[in-house]
Amino acid sequence: MHIKSKVYNGTLYVVLCGELDEHSASHTRITLDDIFAGGDFSQIIIDLSELDFMDSTGIGVLIGRYKKMKTRNIPIFICNPSKHAEKIFKMTGLYEIMPKIV
Amino acid sequence: MYNSNFMEVSFKALSINEGFARICVAGFCVQLNPSIDEINDIKTAVSEAVTNCVVHAYPNQNGVIFLRCEIDGESIKIVVRDNGVGISDIDRAREPFFTTKPSEERSGMGFAVMESFMDKVEVEKNEKGGTTVTMYKQVSSALQVGNA
Repeated sequence: MHIKSKVYNGTLYVVLCGELDEHSASHTRITLDDIFAGGDFSQIIIDLSELDFMDSTGIGVLIGRYKKMKTRNIPIFICNPSKHAEKIFKMTGLYEIMPKIV
Repeated sequence: MYNSNFMEVSFKALSINEGFARICVAGFCVQLNPSIDEINDIKTAVSEAVTNCVVHAYPNQNGVIFLRCEIDGESIKIVVRDNGVGISDIDRAREPFFTTKPSEERSGMGFAVMESFMDKVEVEKNEKGGTTVTMYKQVSSALQVGNA
C-alpha cells in the first residue's frame, strides 16, 4: 500500500494505491493517521482510483479514520471507487458516513 | 467437454499470504473463463476466509491454512480450513457487524461479504478443532470453455 496526499484549497486529498487487506491495514492506519494529524484542511477526500483490491478489513480501517475525524468535525468523502469496492461500501452502508462524491 | 479439476495448497497463517491465496485461487479459476466481476468476487471471498484464519483461528500466527479449490462443470467450490481455536458460536459469528475484536477496528463483515459475493457459504467446526469454510459459486461464462 502506497498513500499519496496533498492539501489544496482547504481539502486534504488522499490517494490509496495498491491493496488494502489485513496485511496492509496496520501500515495504512498509521500512515493515514499521520497524514490526518497535520495540515490545514476542513474536509478529506479519499481517492480510490488506484486501489487494486479491498476486502472488509478496509471497511474497518476507513470507519476507524471516520471516528477519529468525527471528533474534529472533519468530514471524509470517497471518490473513484472500483465497481468491486462500491459493492462492499453499499453492503456495509459505508456511504452513509462517508458519502461518495463524483 | 466436462470440466473437473482441483488444486490444493497449504501455507503458514501469515497476513502476507492473503494476497498469495487470492492470486492462487484466481489463477486456478481462470480456466473457467470467468468475468472480471466473478474473479473479484472470488478473490474477495477467499481473502475474507483467509483473514479469519490469520486473525482469529491462529492469534499467535503459528498455524497452517489449507486451501482447496474444485471445479465441477460450471461450479467452483473453495474450501478454507484451519486447525486453530475454532468459533464458539458460528451463527453469531455470521451475523453482520459482529466481531470479537471491536477494539482492533474490525468491521465484523467478513462472513457477510463471503455470503454476498458467493452463491453459498458453509461454516463447520472440525472434529479435531478449527474451522472449515466452504464456498460455492457458479461461473456464468464457464460453458464457453467447454465448447472451446
